[in-house]
Amino acid sequence: MWTFIARRLISIPPLLLAVSFITYLLLYVAPGDYFTRLCDNPAITEEMCAALRTQYGLDGGFWKRYAFWLINAVQFEFGYSFKYELPVFSLMAERLSNTLLLSGTSLVASWGIAIPLGVVAAVFQGKWADKVAGFISFFGLSIPRVFYALLALLFAAKTGWFPTGGMRDQIAWDDFSAWEKFKDVAHHLMLPVFVVATAEMASHMRQMRAQMIETLSKDFVRTARAKGLAYWSVVWKHAFGNAVNPLVTQFGYSLAALLTGSFLVEVVFSWPGMARLTVDAVFAQDEPLVMAAVMMATTMLVLGNLVADLLLAAIDPRIRLE
Amino acid sequence: MADAPASPGQLIWLKLKRNRTAMFGLAVLVVLYVSSIFAGYLAPAHYATQNREVSWHPPQLDDLHLFDGDGTFRGPFVYGTKRVHPAIAEYEIESDVIVELDFFTRGDTWSFFGLFESDLHLFGWSDPKRPVFLFGSDLYGRDILSRVLYGSQISLSVGIIGILISMSLGMFLGGVAGYFGGRIDFVLMRFIEVILSIPGLYLILTLRQAFGQDLPSTQSYFMIIIVLAFVGWAANARVVRGMVLSIKENDYVTAAEALGVSRFNIIRNHILPNTWSFAIVTATLYVPYYILSEVALSFLGVGIQEPEASWGNMLKDAQNIRNLTDYPWVLVPGFFIFLATMAYNYLGDGLRDAADPRSKV
Repeated sequence: MWTFIARRLISIPPLLLAVSFITYLLLYVAPGDYFTRLCDNPAITEEMCAALRTQYGLDGGFWKRYAFWLINAVQFEFGYSFKYELPVFSLMAERLSNTLLLSGTSLVASWGIAIPLGVVAAVFQGKWADKVAGFISFFGLSIPRVFYALLALLFAAKTGWFPTGGMRDQIAWDDFSAWEKFKDVAHHLMLPVFVVATAEMASHMRQMRAQMIETLSKDFVRTARAKGLAYWSVVWKHAFGNAVNPLVTQFGYSLAALLTGSFLVEVVFSWPGMARLTVDAVFAQDEPLVMAAVMMATTMLVLGNLVADLLLAAIDPRIRLE
Repeated sequence: MADAPASPGQLIWLKLKRNRTAMFGLAVLVVLYVSSIFAGYLAPAHYATQNREVSWHPPQLDDLHLFDGDGTFRGPFVYGTKRVHPAIAEYEIESDVIVELDFFTRGDTWSFFGLFESDLHLFGWSDPKRPVFLFGSDLYGRDILSRVLYGSQISLSVGIIGILISMSLGMFLGGVAGYFGGRIDFVLMRFIEVILSIPGLYLILTLRQAFGQDLPSTQSYFMIIIVLAFVGWAANARVVRGMVLSIKENDYVTAAEALGVSRFNIIRNHILPNTWSFAIVTATLYVPYYILSEVALSFLGVGIQEPEASWGNMLKDAQNIRNLTDYPWVLVPGFFIFLATMAYNYLGDGLRDAADPRSKV
């Protein structure tokens, strides 16, 4: 187990190195740079442009620039965003916490509903509860997130029950008490969480149902029932524990997707999270910011996958990690 | 011949035919693709034809009648509408004006994949001054129905072409890695790991950016396909490699090797055919991912550019909350994206069950 973890951890730095290389290469070959638009302005002389590019380290060849970035990056110096002129990490910290707030809440909500619903659907296979669950999961699997989010936004605008985007009240925020601030954010959070959670829930529920149906047909379940144990206690104590294993891995992947899973929903709901920041940074060719965002998202994904494997090994004694 | 055992392909088809949801998905897809092929003929107008004096006209599909107020049969028609004020996109119905839809009319010229041109349309507006917008019109008074039809040519083909490229690439490279093993395998697998560890949309966005921002429309179309195929092949290659690793242990592969069949022919004739059912099932289940990625790119403004229509860039109009609330028919393309993804999911699920050798005919 420990050697497994150690080996996986050791493999992460080279992976990140390769990812950073590819990303930097892609940013480098992209035509133009952050100052292209500015320099199109006839009022800006060529000398000024050249000076700006030198100042921001955009004048060297690929290797020089990449080496410079890399030497700083290994010391956790990811530089300043060109656009915001702030250290990228202080810039990302708030956006990151906003994204995690949205995706974390959705994660809890989607798993919290999917697991019991999947079990219920399996137990009442073919009954109306199963059919309702089946419809929800079909809907969530097929509906495009963008479209779903837009529909939710339309609903919010038409009914006036929910705010139409953003994370807090623009006008009154500063006058709010702590409790009012909490309520305001929660109010803004509800609809995007609903969209992400119902969409994510679909596949979890489907898998939970399939696993549960398979387990319920096993011999040990029949034995437990034959011994006279109460039905629901067999379902929860005997069958559930065995059925839930594969979902633990899936839960790990959900963790890995925390940073990116709600990407488009964030954009539609103008949520001040990583999505908008990254999209704008990529289009503006704000190199330090893009690099930091990609590296962070990749790290999250890789660590999440590792956690997925470890979780599975932790709950299933039959699995030995080597 | 009647006693000849069914080929694997026939077996899959036999099982698939019994699956009603899968056949429903297939039927929807056939309708969508056929209408996208004949979009120019089915669409009453060209995707770029503007009627600025009727911007944001609401859909008239619900106002489609066959009989007029006296009960006389008039063929399909709608009642005319009048703009309330030149500056406000609001319309009121003039119940005394009847605007008929004509069939087999001459209108905007369209081209059938560059093979021939025609100006014949299935139906058109009898009065060019009074366009009929069954699905409504957008800011420039362009017919959303026509744009959805033309847009499907892009949105639906991106999925098919993208998956074809990434699947062939994945099967070829996965096959090579799995069969030869050794250094090729090691290098390819590490590369695949790197690609798979970058979150999808981040990779798609940076890759897309590498092509530069202002691309002509044909180029941006191919750019999208290349980007999506590049991101998509890795996962396929990894699975195919795993399959090839187990297939190559079979005796018939050893026999072929002993007979001196070249390695290329062994991969092509003896190994890859065994991965086809996987390829077809995965391809079907992954097409929605390509369609949705095109939607995402165009929605974010870096995919298909105006005046060209795609389902994604049409949805872009809905990003403005005023448009969304005042003219909710901007969401029409979203409904078609939903329909296409749903149909692919249904068909893919059915294919997966049918291709499973444990399932019965």
